[in-house]
Amino acid sequence: MSLGEITSVSLAKDLRLEWRAKDAINSMLFFALLVVVIFSFSFDPTAEESRHIAGGIVWVAFLFAAVVALNQTWARELRNQVLDAYRVSPAPANALFISKAVGNFIFVAVLEALMAPLFMVFYNLRSIGPAYELVVVAILATWALVANGTFFAAMSIRTRSREVMLPLILFPISIPALLAMVSATTAILTGEGAYRFWVVLLVVYDVVFTTVCLLLFETVLHAE
Amino acid sequence: MRRTFVILALLTLGLLSYALYEGLVAAPTEQTMGEVQRIFYYHVPSAVTAFTLFLINFAASIIYLARRSPRADALAVSTAEVGVVFCTVVLVTGPLWARPVWGIWWTWDARLTSTLLLWLIYISYLILRRYSTSGQTPVIAAVLAVFGFLDVPFVYMANRLFRTQHPQPVYFGGPGSGADPRMTFALLMNMAAFFAFAALVVWLRFRLERARQDFEETQALEALLQPDARSPR
Amino acid sequence: MKFLYAAYAATWVIHITYLAFLSRRYRRLRDEMQDLRKK
Repeated sequence: MSLGEITSVSLAKDLRLEWRAKDAINSMLFFALLVVVIFSFSFDPTAEESRHIAGGIVWVAFLFAAVVALNQTWARELRNQVLDAYRVSPAPANALFISKAVGNFIFVAVLEALMAPLFMVFYNLRSIGPAYELVVVAILATWALVANGTFFAAMSIRTRSREVMLPLILFPISIPALLAMVSATTAILTGEGAYRFWVVLLVVYDVVFTTVCLLLFETVLHAE
Repeated sequence: MRRTFVILALLTLGLLSYALYEGLVAAPTEQTMGEVQRIFYYHVPSAVTAFTLFLINFAASIIYLARRSPRADALAVSTAEVGVVFCTVVLVTGPLWARPVWGIWWTWDARLTSTLLLWLIYISYLILRRYSTSGQTPVIAAVLAVFGFLDVPFVYMANRLFRTQHPQPVYFGGPGSGADPRMTFALLMNMAAFFAFAALVVWLRFRLERARQDFEETQALEALLQPDARSPR
Repeated sequence: MKFLYAAYAATWVIHITYLAFLSRRYRRLRDEMQDLRKK
Protein backbone atom coordinates (compact mmCIF):
# COMPACT_ATOMS: atom_id res chain seq x y z
CA MET A 1 0.00 0.00 0.00
CA SER A 2 1.21 3.48 -0.79
CA LEU A 3 1.72 6.35 1.60
CA GLY A 4 -1.47 8.00 0.46
CA GLU A 5 -3.56 4.86 0.83
CA ILE A 6 -2.30 4.06 4.28
CA THR A 7 -2.79 7.63 5.41
CA SER A 8 -6.36 7.79 4.25
CA VAL A 9 -7.24 4.42 5.71
CA SER A 10 -5.74 5.38 9.05
CA LEU A 11 -7.44 8.76 8.96
CA ALA A 12 -10.81 7.25 8.08
CA LYS A 13 -10.48 4.86 11.00
CA ASP A 14 -9.75 7.67 13.44
CA LEU A 15 -12.60 9.80 12.20
CA ARG A 16 -15.01 6.90 12.38
CA LEU A 17 -13.98 6.06 15.93
CA GLU A 18 -14.32 9.65 16.97
CA TRP A 19 -17.67 10.06 15.30
CA ARG A 20 -18.97 7.08 17.27
CA ALA A 21 -17.56 8.13 20.61
CA LYS A 22 -17.44 11.88 20.26
CA ASP A 23 -15.42 12.06 23.48
CA ALA A 24 -12.64 14.24 22.18
CA ILE A 25 -14.83 16.79 20.50
CA ASN A 26 -17.16 17.07 23.47
CA SER A 27 -14.42 17.72 25.99
CA MET A 28 -12.75 20.18 23.66
CA LEU A 29 -15.95 22.13 23.14
CA PHE A 30 -16.70 22.32 26.78
CA PHE A 31 -13.19 23.34 27.64
CA ALA A 32 -13.09 26.11 25.06
CA LEU A 33 -16.42 27.39 26.24
CA LEU A 34 -15.19 27.46 29.83
CA VAL A 35 -12.11 29.42 28.84
CA VAL A 36 -14.20 31.99 26.99
CA VAL A 37 -16.53 32.45 29.94
CA ILE A 38 -13.73 32.72 32.47
CA PHE A 39 -11.91 35.27 30.40
CA SER A 40 -15.09 37.29 30.16
CA PHE A 41 -14.89 37.80 33.92
CA SER A 42 -11.50 39.42 33.55
CA PHE A 43 -12.52 41.90 30.92
CA ASP A 44 -15.67 43.81 30.39
CA PRO A 45 -14.79 45.28 27.08
CA THR A 46 -16.61 47.64 24.79
CA ALA A 47 -16.91 46.60 21.18
CA GLU A 48 -13.88 48.72 20.33
CA GLU A 49 -11.62 47.24 22.98
CA SER A 50 -12.80 43.72 22.44
CA ARG A 51 -11.47 43.83 18.92
CA HIS A 52 -7.99 44.35 20.29
CA ILE A 53 -8.04 41.56 22.84
CA ALA A 54 -10.33 39.00 21.24
CA GLY A 55 -7.50 37.65 19.09
CA GLY A 56 -5.50 36.68 22.14
CA ILE A 57 -8.45 35.18 24.01
CA VAL A 58 -9.64 33.18 21.03
CA TRP A 59 -6.29 31.57 20.39
CA VAL A 60 -5.62 30.81 24.03
CA ALA A 61 -8.98 29.08 24.21
CA PHE A 62 -8.29 27.11 21.03
CA LEU A 63 -4.80 26.24 22.22
CA PHE A 64 -6.03 24.72 25.46
CA ALA A 65 -8.82 22.90 23.67
CA ALA A 66 -6.34 21.55 21.13
CA VAL A 67 -4.19 20.17 23.94
CA VAL A 68 -7.19 18.20 25.18
CA ALA A 69 -7.47 16.58 21.75
CA LEU A 70 -3.73 16.11 21.36
CA ASN A 71 -3.35 14.35 24.67
CA GLN A 72 -5.62 11.59 23.56
CA THR A 73 -4.08 11.31 20.11
CA TRP A 74 -2.08 8.25 20.93
CA ALA A 75 -4.02 6.91 23.88
CA ARG A 76 -6.13 4.64 21.74
CA GLU A 77 -3.09 3.30 19.92
CA LEU A 78 -1.31 2.50 23.16
CA ARG A 79 -4.26 0.63 24.58
CA ASN A 80 -4.39 -1.75 21.66
CA GLN A 81 -0.67 -2.12 20.97
CA VAL A 82 -1.21 -0.51 17.62
CA LEU A 83 2.13 1.26 17.79
CA ASP A 84 4.02 -2.00 18.14
CA ALA A 85 2.13 -3.44 15.21
CA TYR A 86 2.90 -0.35 13.19
CA ARG A 87 6.56 -0.46 14.02
CA VAL A 88 6.83 -4.01 12.81
CA SER A 89 4.86 -3.46 9.64
CA PRO A 90 6.51 -2.14 6.46
CA ALA A 91 4.16 0.82 6.43
CA PRO A 92 5.92 4.18 6.26
CA ALA A 93 5.93 5.92 9.62
CA ASN A 94 4.95 9.22 8.11
CA ALA A 95 1.59 7.82 7.04
CA LEU A 96 0.74 7.36 10.69
CA PHE A 97 1.91 10.85 11.56
CA ILE A 98 0.05 12.53 8.74
CA SER A 99 -3.16 10.67 9.43
CA LYS A 100 -3.00 11.56 13.12
CA ALA A 101 -2.14 15.18 12.43
CA VAL A 102 -4.85 15.60 9.83
CA GLY A 103 -7.34 13.91 12.15
CA ASN A 104 -6.45 16.32 14.93
CA PHE A 105 -6.62 19.19 12.47
CA ILE A 106 -10.17 18.22 11.55
CA PHE A 107 -11.22 17.96 15.18
CA VAL A 108 -9.79 21.35 16.09
CA ALA A 109 -11.14 22.95 12.91
CA VAL A 110 -14.62 21.68 13.72
CA LEU A 111 -14.23 23.14 17.18
CA GLU A 112 -13.15 26.49 15.78
CA ALA A 113 -16.05 26.55 13.36
CA LEU A 114 -18.46 25.91 16.20
CA MET A 115 -16.87 28.38 18.58
CA ALA A 116 -16.35 31.28 16.17
CA PRO A 117 -19.97 32.43 16.10
CA LEU A 118 -20.04 32.15 19.88
CA PHE A 119 -17.05 34.43 20.14
CA MET A 120 -18.69 36.94 17.85
CA VAL A 121 -21.71 36.96 20.08
CA PHE A 122 -19.95 37.06 23.45
CA TYR A 123 -17.57 39.83 22.52
CA ASN A 124 -19.75 41.75 20.12
CA LEU A 125 -17.19 41.31 17.43
CA ARG A 126 -17.45 42.59 13.96
CA SER A 127 -14.35 42.29 11.88
CA ILE A 128 -13.04 45.35 10.10
CA GLY A 129 -10.87 43.36 7.75
CA PRO A 130 -12.25 40.77 5.31
CA ALA A 131 -13.47 37.59 6.98
CA TYR A 132 -11.82 35.19 4.54
CA GLU A 133 -8.47 36.36 5.89
CA LEU A 134 -9.53 35.03 9.27
CA VAL A 135 -10.07 31.64 7.70
CA VAL A 136 -6.60 31.71 6.14
CA VAL A 137 -5.06 32.52 9.50
CA ALA A 138 -7.14 29.86 11.20
CA ILE A 139 -5.97 27.17 8.79
CA LEU A 140 -2.29 28.07 9.08
CA ALA A 141 -2.45 28.54 12.82
CA THR A 142 -4.34 25.34 13.51
CA TRP A 143 -1.90 23.35 11.42
CA ALA A 144 1.02 24.87 13.31
CA LEU A 145 -0.45 23.80 16.65
CA VAL A 146 -1.64 20.42 15.50
CA ALA A 147 1.44 19.31 13.56
CA ASN A 148 3.86 20.03 16.37
CA GLY A 149 1.30 18.91 18.92
CA THR A 150 0.80 15.49 17.33
CA PHE A 151 4.55 15.02 17.09
CA PHE A 152 5.21 16.11 20.67
CA ALA A 153 2.36 13.94 21.90
CA ALA A 154 4.20 10.98 20.40
CA MET A 155 7.38 12.10 22.17
CA SER A 156 5.71 12.37 25.54
CA ILE A 157 4.04 8.96 25.49
CA ARG A 158 6.53 7.38 27.83
CA THR A 159 6.93 10.08 30.41
CA ARG A 160 5.56 10.49 33.89
CA SER A 161 2.63 12.90 34.04
CA ARG A 162 2.19 12.62 30.32
CA GLU A 163 -0.71 15.05 30.15
CA VAL A 164 1.35 17.81 31.66
CA MET A 165 4.48 16.99 29.71
CA LEU A 166 2.85 17.66 26.36
CA PRO A 167 1.90 21.30 26.97
CA LEU A 168 5.16 21.79 28.81
CA ILE A 169 7.28 20.97 25.79
CA LEU A 170 4.81 22.20 23.19
CA PHE A 171 4.09 25.71 24.43
CA PRO A 172 7.57 27.24 24.44
CA ILE A 173 8.24 26.05 20.92
CA SER A 174 4.84 27.21 19.70
CA ILE A 175 5.22 30.72 21.02
CA PRO A 176 6.36 32.35 17.78
CA ALA A 177 3.41 30.74 16.00
CA LEU A 178 1.08 31.84 18.79
CA LEU A 179 2.35 35.36 18.57
CA ALA A 180 1.84 35.33 14.82
CA MET A 181 -1.69 33.93 14.96
CA VAL A 182 -2.79 36.33 17.66
CA SER A 183 -1.24 39.33 15.91
CA ALA A 184 -2.67 38.35 12.54
CA THR A 185 -6.15 37.88 14.00
CA THR A 186 -5.96 41.19 15.82
CA ALA A 187 -4.70 42.88 12.68
CA ILE A 188 -7.69 41.60 10.74
CA LEU A 189 -10.22 42.43 13.43
CA THR A 190 -8.95 45.92 14.02
CA GLY A 191 -7.96 46.63 10.45
CA GLU A 192 -4.53 47.86 11.46
CA GLY A 193 -1.16 46.17 11.75
CA ALA A 194 1.12 44.09 9.56
CA TYR A 195 -1.21 41.23 8.66
CA ARG A 196 0.89 40.05 5.74
CA PHE A 197 4.09 39.69 7.76
CA TRP A 198 2.39 37.48 10.33
CA VAL A 199 0.84 35.26 7.68
CA VAL A 200 4.22 34.84 5.99
CA LEU A 201 5.76 33.99 9.35
CA LEU A 202 3.07 31.37 9.93
CA VAL A 203 3.61 29.87 6.50
CA VAL A 204 7.37 29.64 7.02
CA TYR A 205 6.87 28.22 10.50
CA ASP A 206 4.45 25.62 9.16
CA VAL A 207 6.75 24.59 6.34
CA VAL A 208 9.88 24.37 8.49
CA PHE A 209 8.33 22.48 11.37
CA THR A 210 6.20 20.15 9.28
CA THR A 211 9.35 19.20 7.39
CA VAL A 212 11.22 18.56 10.62
CA CYS A 213 8.30 16.51 11.95
CA LEU A 214 8.23 14.38 8.82
CA LEU A 215 11.98 13.88 8.90
CA LEU A 216 12.11 12.87 12.53
CA PHE A 217 8.85 11.01 13.13
CA GLU A 218 10.24 7.63 12.21
CA THR A 219 13.02 8.12 14.75
CA VAL A 220 10.53 8.95 17.45
CA LEU A 221 8.20 6.09 16.57
CA HIS A 222 11.00 3.59 16.93
CA ALA A 223 12.23 5.20 20.09
CA GLU A 224 9.13 4.49 22.10
CA MET B 1 43.60 13.92 34.06
CA ARG B 2 43.25 15.11 37.60
CA ARG B 3 46.31 17.30 37.53
CA THR B 4 45.43 18.88 34.18
CA PHE B 5 42.05 19.69 35.58
CA VAL B 6 43.44 21.38 38.67
CA ILE B 7 45.86 23.44 36.61
CA LEU B 8 43.11 24.51 34.22
CA ALA B 9 40.84 25.30 37.12
CA LEU B 10 43.45 27.52 38.71
CA LEU B 11 44.12 29.23 35.39
CA THR B 12 40.42 29.88 34.95
CA LEU B 13 40.17 31.22 38.47
CA GLY B 14 43.04 33.57 37.74
CA LEU B 15 41.42 34.66 34.52
CA LEU B 16 38.11 35.28 36.24
CA SER B 17 39.73 37.30 39.00
CA TYR B 18 41.68 39.41 36.56
CA ALA B 19 38.59 39.95 34.42
CA LEU B 20 36.65 40.89 37.54
CA TYR B 21 39.25 43.49 38.41
CA GLU B 22 39.20 44.85 34.88
CA GLY B 23 35.46 45.11 34.80
CA LEU B 24 34.92 46.41 38.29
CA VAL B 25 37.87 48.72 38.75
CA ALA B 26 40.16 49.25 35.80
CA ALA B 27 37.66 49.99 33.05
CA PRO B 28 36.57 53.60 32.98
CA THR B 29 33.14 54.57 34.27
CA GLU B 30 30.53 55.03 31.62
CA GLN B 31 29.30 58.57 31.16
CA THR B 32 25.52 58.28 31.06
CA MET B 33 24.90 55.24 33.21
CA GLY B 34 27.60 55.41 35.81
CA GLU B 35 28.94 52.50 37.78
CA VAL B 36 25.91 50.30 37.16
CA GLN B 37 27.01 49.89 33.58
CA ARG B 38 29.70 47.50 34.80
CA ILE B 39 27.05 44.80 35.01
CA PHE B 40 27.53 44.74 31.26
CA TYR B 41 30.86 42.94 31.76
CA TYR B 42 29.06 40.00 33.32
CA HIS B 43 25.78 40.18 31.46
CA VAL B 44 27.02 40.11 27.87
CA PRO B 45 29.68 37.38 28.22
CA SER B 46 27.10 35.21 30.01
CA ALA B 47 24.66 35.69 27.15
CA VAL B 48 27.23 34.86 24.49
CA THR B 49 28.38 31.82 26.46
CA ALA B 50 24.84 30.58 26.97
CA PHE B 51 24.05 30.86 23.30
CA THR B 52 27.27 29.11 22.31
CA LEU B 53 26.48 26.28 24.70
CA PHE B 54 23.02 25.87 23.21
CA LEU B 55 24.55 25.85 19.77
CA ILE B 56 26.87 23.04 20.84
CA ASN B 57 23.86 21.24 22.27
CA PHE B 58 22.16 21.49 18.89
CA ALA B 59 25.19 20.06 17.13
CA ALA B 60 25.62 17.29 19.71
CA SER B 61 21.94 16.37 19.42
CA ILE B 62 22.18 16.06 15.66
CA ILE B 63 25.33 13.96 15.93
CA TYR B 64 23.57 11.76 18.45
CA LEU B 65 20.62 11.25 16.12
CA ALA B 66 22.97 10.35 13.29
CA ARG B 67 25.45 8.16 15.16
CA ARG B 68 23.81 7.28 18.50
CA SER B 69 27.10 7.99 20.20
CA PRO B 70 26.79 8.12 24.00
CA ARG B 71 29.49 10.76 24.13
CA ALA B 72 27.37 13.02 21.96
CA ASP B 73 24.45 12.55 24.29
CA ALA B 74 26.59 13.28 27.34
CA LEU B 75 27.78 16.46 25.68
CA ALA B 76 24.22 17.41 24.81
CA VAL B 77 22.91 17.16 28.34
CA SER B 78 25.99 18.87 29.76
CA THR B 79 25.80 21.88 27.50
CA ALA B 80 22.05 22.16 28.03
CA GLU B 81 22.38 22.24 31.81
CA VAL B 82 25.29 24.65 31.91
CA GLY B 83 23.59 26.73 29.23
CA VAL B 84 20.52 27.05 31.42
CA VAL B 85 22.72 28.14 34.33
CA PHE B 86 24.33 30.86 32.25
CA CYS B 87 20.99 31.88 30.79
CA THR B 88 19.65 32.24 34.32
CA VAL B 89 22.53 34.59 35.06
CA VAL B 90 21.61 36.65 31.99
CA LEU B 91 17.96 36.85 33.03
CA VAL B 92 18.89 37.90 36.57
CA THR B 93 21.61 40.43 35.77
CA GLY B 94 19.55 41.97 32.97
CA PRO B 95 16.73 43.33 35.10
CA LEU B 96 19.19 44.33 37.81
CA TRP B 97 20.85 46.51 35.21
CA ALA B 98 17.65 47.72 33.60
CA ARG B 99 15.98 48.88 36.77
CA PRO B 100 18.40 51.64 37.80
CA VAL B 101 19.10 52.67 34.22
CA TRP B 102 15.66 52.62 32.60
CA GLY B 103 13.41 52.47 35.64
CA ILE B 104 11.81 49.22 34.55
CA TRP B 105 12.66 45.64 35.47
CA TRP B 106 11.59 44.10 32.21
CA THR B 107 10.34 44.80 28.72
CA TRP B 108 9.08 42.44 26.06
CA ASP B 109 11.46 43.41 23.30
CA ALA B 110 13.00 40.99 20.82
CA ARG B 111 16.19 40.26 22.67
CA LEU B 112 14.79 39.81 26.17
CA THR B 113 11.87 37.72 25.01
CA SER B 114 14.13 35.52 22.89
CA THR B 115 16.40 34.93 25.87
CA LEU B 116 13.47 34.08 28.10
CA LEU B 117 12.10 31.71 25.47
CA LEU B 118 15.48 30.08 25.08
CA TRP B 119 15.58 29.53 28.81
CA LEU B 120 12.05 28.05 28.79
CA ILE B 121 12.80 25.76 25.87
CA TYR B 122 15.90 24.27 27.47
CA ILE B 123 14.24 23.93 30.83
CA SER B 124 11.51 21.95 29.11
CA TYR B 125 14.29 19.86 27.53
CA LEU B 126 15.78 19.13 30.94
CA ILE B 127 12.38 18.29 32.39
CA LEU B 128 11.70 15.90 29.53
CA ARG B 129 15.00 14.15 30.22
CA ARG B 130 14.20 13.89 33.90
CA TYR B 131 10.63 12.63 33.52
CA SER B 132 10.96 10.36 30.55
CA THR B 133 10.53 6.70 31.40
CA SER B 134 11.42 5.49 27.95
CA GLY B 135 14.63 3.55 27.45
CA GLN B 136 15.34 5.85 24.54
CA THR B 137 15.26 9.16 26.39
CA PRO B 138 18.39 10.51 24.69
CA VAL B 139 16.79 10.10 21.27
CA ILE B 140 13.63 11.92 22.25
CA ALA B 141 15.55 14.63 24.02
CA ALA B 142 17.79 15.10 20.99
CA VAL B 143 14.72 15.53 18.78
CA LEU B 144 13.33 18.13 21.17
CA ALA B 145 16.65 19.94 21.16
CA VAL B 146 16.53 20.17 17.37
CA PHE B 147 13.03 21.64 17.49
CA GLY B 148 13.99 24.00 20.23
CA PHE B 149 17.00 25.43 18.54
CA LEU B 150 15.24 25.83 15.20
CA ASP B 151 12.58 27.80 17.02
CA VAL B 152 14.94 30.52 18.17
CA PRO B 153 15.18 32.52 14.94
CA PHE B 154 11.38 32.49 14.72
CA VAL B 155 11.09 33.86 18.21
CA TYR B 156 13.52 36.60 17.43
CA MET B 157 11.88 37.60 14.16
CA ALA B 158 8.37 37.47 15.56
CA ASN B 159 9.30 39.63 18.47
CA ARG B 160 11.21 42.17 16.45
CA LEU B 161 8.16 43.11 14.48
CA PHE B 162 5.78 42.83 17.38
CA ARG B 163 7.69 45.07 19.69
CA THR B 164 9.17 47.61 17.34
CA GLN B 165 5.67 48.94 17.01
CA HIS B 166 5.71 49.90 20.67
CA PRO B 167 8.03 52.38 22.38
CA GLN B 168 11.24 50.69 23.39
CA PRO B 169 14.06 51.49 25.73
CA VAL B 170 16.89 52.14 23.33
CA TYR B 171 20.07 50.17 23.86
CA PHE B 172 22.99 52.47 24.42
CA GLY B 173 25.30 52.85 21.48
CA GLY B 174 27.65 50.41 23.14
CA PRO B 175 30.70 51.46 25.06
CA GLY B 176 32.75 49.84 22.33
CA SER B 177 31.41 52.38 19.85
CA GLY B 178 34.80 53.80 19.23
CA ALA B 179 34.84 55.15 22.75
CA ASP B 180 37.25 53.53 25.14
CA PRO B 181 39.55 50.62 24.34
CA ARG B 182 39.85 49.70 28.01
CA MET B 183 36.16 48.91 28.06
CA THR B 184 36.50 46.62 25.07
CA PHE B 185 39.46 44.99 26.78
CA ALA B 186 37.48 44.40 29.96
CA LEU B 187 34.67 42.92 27.93
CA LEU B 188 36.96 40.58 26.03
CA MET B 189 38.73 39.49 29.21
CA ASN B 190 35.43 38.61 30.81
CA MET B 191 34.33 36.83 27.66
CA ALA B 192 37.47 34.69 27.70
CA ALA B 193 37.20 34.08 31.44
CA PHE B 194 33.57 32.94 31.27
CA PHE B 195 34.22 30.80 28.22
CA ALA B 196 37.00 29.05 30.10
CA PHE B 197 34.78 28.69 33.14
CA ALA B 198 31.93 27.29 31.05
CA ALA B 199 34.28 24.80 29.36
CA LEU B 200 35.46 23.64 32.76
CA VAL B 201 31.97 23.16 34.16
CA VAL B 202 30.78 21.40 31.00
CA TRP B 203 33.76 19.08 31.28
CA LEU B 204 32.82 18.27 34.88
CA ARG B 205 29.22 17.59 33.92
CA PHE B 206 30.35 15.57 30.91
CA ARG B 207 32.54 13.31 33.02
CA LEU B 208 29.72 12.85 35.48
CA GLU B 209 27.39 11.84 32.69
CA ARG B 210 29.88 9.43 31.15
CA ALA B 211 30.48 7.87 34.57
CA ARG B 212 26.75 7.49 35.01
CA GLN B 213 26.41 5.92 31.57
CA ASP B 214 29.14 3.40 32.35
CA PHE B 215 27.64 2.70 35.73
CA GLU B 216 24.20 2.03 34.31
CA GLU B 217 25.67 -0.25 31.70
CA THR B 218 27.56 -2.15 34.40
CA GLN B 219 24.40 -2.38 36.46
CA ALA B 220 22.50 -3.82 33.52
CA LEU B 221 25.23 -6.38 32.87
CA GLU B 222 25.31 -7.41 36.51
CA ALA B 223 21.57 -7.90 36.47
CA LEU B 224 21.91 -10.11 33.42
CA LEU B 225 24.78 -12.23 34.70
CA GLN B 226 23.52 -12.74 38.20
CA PRO B 227 19.76 -13.03 38.15
CA ASP B 228 18.50 -11.90 41.50
CA ALA B 229 16.69 -14.68 43.39
CA ARG B 230 14.41 -12.11 44.95
CA SER B 231 13.17 -10.66 41.68
CA PRO B 232 9.49 -11.36 41.06
CA ARG B 233 9.42 -13.98 38.37
CA MET C 1 25.69 51.02 43.36
CA LYS C 2 23.70 48.35 45.11
CA PHE C 3 22.45 46.89 41.84
CA LEU C 4 25.97 46.38 40.58
CA TYR C 5 27.02 44.34 43.58
CA ALA C 6 23.72 42.46 43.59
CA ALA C 7 24.27 41.48 39.98
CA TYR C 8 27.82 40.25 40.49
CA ALA C 9 26.87 38.46 43.69
CA ALA C 10 23.81 36.85 42.08
CA THR C 11 25.97 35.60 39.22
CA TRP C 12 28.29 33.76 41.55
CA VAL C 13 25.52 32.50 43.78
CA ILE C 14 23.93 30.89 40.73
CA HIS C 15 27.19 29.35 39.55
CA ILE C 16 28.17 28.07 42.96
CA THR C 17 24.73 26.59 43.52
CA TYR C 18 25.08 24.62 40.32
CA LEU C 19 28.56 23.44 41.22
CA ALA C 20 27.28 22.30 44.62
CA PHE C 21 24.48 20.44 42.86
CA LEU C 22 27.07 18.76 40.63
CA SER C 23 29.24 17.71 43.54
CA ARG C 24 26.24 16.20 45.27
CA ARG C 25 25.50 14.12 42.17
CA TYR C 26 29.13 13.01 42.00
CA ARG C 27 28.97 11.88 45.59
CA ARG C 28 25.71 10.04 45.02
CA LEU C 29 27.11 8.26 41.99
CA ARG C 30 30.20 7.24 43.94
CA ASP C 31 28.03 5.83 46.71
CA GLU C 32 25.99 3.86 44.23
CA MET C 33 29.13 2.50 42.62
CA GLN C 34 30.42 1.39 46.00
CA ASP C 35 27.12 -0.31 46.72
CA LEU C 36 27.34 -2.20 43.48
CA ARG C 37 30.90 -3.25 44.16
CA LYS C 38 29.97 -4.58 47.57
CA LYS C 39 27.27 -6.77 46.10
